[in-house]
Amino acid sequence: MNEVISILTVIRPEVDFTRCDDFIKEGLLDSLDIVTLVAELEDRLGICIDGQDISPENFKNLETLLALLRRYTVL
Amino acid sequence: MRNSVVEFLYQTVMENGRKTGIAGEEGRLTFEDIFRKAYSLAGRLQSRGVNAPVMVYLPKGIDAVVSFAGILLSGNFYAPVDLRSPGNRMQKILSNLAPAAIVTRREFEKDLCSLGAEKSTFLYFEDVEREDGRSLEEMISECRKVSDRIIDTDPCYIMYTSGSTGVPKGVVVPHRGVVDYIEWALTCLKVDRNDIIGNQAPLYFDNSTLDLYLSWSTGATLDLIPERVFSFPARLVEYMENRGITLVFFVPSVLVSVSRMNVLKKGCLPDLKTIVFAGEVMPTRHLGYWQRMLPDKSYAHLYGPTEITVDCTYFIVDRIYDPSESLPIGYPCRNSGILILNQDDRPAVRGEYGELCVRGSSLALGYWRDDEKTKAAFVQNPLENGYFDRIYRTGDIVYENEKGQIIFVGRKDSQIKHMGYRIELGEIELAAGSLPDVEKCCVLYHGSRKEIMLLYEGPQEVPVSDLRRSLSNLLPGYMVPRKFWHLERLPVNQNGKIDRSTLKTLYCNEN
Repeated sequence: MNEVISILTVIRPEVDFTRCDDFIKEGLLDSLDIVTLVAELEDRLGICIDGQDISPENFKNLETLLALLRRYTVL
Repeated sequence: MRNSVVEFLYQTVMENGRKTGIAGEEGRLTFEDIFRKAYSLAGRLQSRGVNAPVMVYLPKGIDAVVSFAGILLSGNFYAPVDLRSPGNRMQKILSNLAPAAIVTRREFEKDLCSLGAEKSTFLYFEDVEREDGRSLEEMISECRKVSDRIIDTDPCYIMYTSGSTGVPKGVVVPHRGVVDYIEWALTCLKVDRNDIIGNQAPLYFDNSTLDLYLSWSTGATLDLIPERVFSFPARLVEYMENRGITLVFFVPSVLVSVSRMNVLKKGCLPDLKTIVFAGEVMPTRHLGYWQRMLPDKSYAHLYGPTEITVDCTYFIVDRIYDPSESLPIGYPCRNSGILILNQDDRPAVRGEYGELCVRGSSLALGYWRDDEKTKAAFVQNPLENGYFDRIYRTGDIVYENEKGQIIFVGRKDSQIKHMGYRIELGEIELAAGSLPDVEKCCVLYHGSRKEIMLLYEGPQEVPVSDLRRSLSNLLPGYMVPRKFWHLERLPVNQNGKIDRSTLKTLYCNEN
């Protein structure tokens, strides 16, 4: 979890991601950020996320993101 | 020859008025709806000036496109801007442009005032009502009183690009440039009224010129794909299928992320016919993925800087290219003169590297209110001494291969293309150098990883999050570096300048 937060913080340092309900709706992550985020997550966790899983539902907030990652790895 | 792009609109409104002209998240408008609203806006703008710049301070959407139409009908030209630009950049644009009017909405009034914009210039889009009392013929003949006086060398729009001194440059494109470009595009891309064009480019980015005017000139529908859809490639494919999109003009990054996330299926996107891309180098490996998954589509690679009206060369991809091969930028567009000049300003022979220079009707009029920069970039053709023949020096190094196709090699200076945006690395260096803990710095671009990185000297290493935060306040998001290196000493060459080539070998090893 800390790893995910630290990746997010590098991408958008000004945001407290733990207190946010919807990253996309609130405009916290644009398409550039999502690409970086996915690449970093895959790199650091050694996983490969299926394209169909890269969806607004899974990238909504920290909770949904962690739930997604749990399906690929043990966090 | 058409004197103005509004001729496209007149014709389409008469022939295809009832067809959907534009669709977006907010809804859809027919061409007649667009015209009736634009007519009304034009009426309000007429008192503000003729042949004068009008800023469009609106987010991407139907209202912004209707505003373009209204501004053109009023005999003026539009200047779209990115609302998310940092304040200091927007201030520089505002003071350079000195707009005769700003089309906006009340919700942005406070932002504009804080940027120093003159409130008396604001024209609120929500006050513009659709003109319902008159027939189309009546309105067109009314508009012609103004638009028949436009000549094709009058400006059509101004688009701002990055400048190495930190001051954005406003490229002034005349009607002639757009008419010339669209006439070529219509024959090359074979667009007609039944097409649905999926727009990705922001309206302040000149790739959107193709989408917009292909629609206005044929009666095809312009579908503004919501920006957030591009964050999720699977959703993008779904969206395109649902909307029945037949043609797209994307930056390569979009095609790459669809390929990377492997979201295409054989036989998907049945309505799509043509995929056009330009704006940065297209990695052939990822294009190959598209070609293998969707072999029945036509793939067109375009190339060109804003200064020559969007594109000046094209290449209809003829086969699958090996990842080690570069995709040609191809051949000159019809009525575009392409010169490849070597170091001695002589025509490069086949295979020899040279700078790509453009001549002809597509050339911009120059940089708005910047005579010096205009004179440096738009110069006399060194091969012509009989008459005044202006060329634009792109700064791009290319060569012609044995098949007569032009191949892009790289930039002469430190300009890069990233996510389709043209960026002067010097502008980022300028911003980074202004931070208190950065004494000296160098910005590099890693081409294959598509990463901007900052290498800096300073008393101590600054936390990455602090650097990103400070730079985000100075630069648009796409210009903020993704990687940071604190060095004790930046290497210098014999002239005492930062040794970029050594740093490039150390930090941008493409392998």
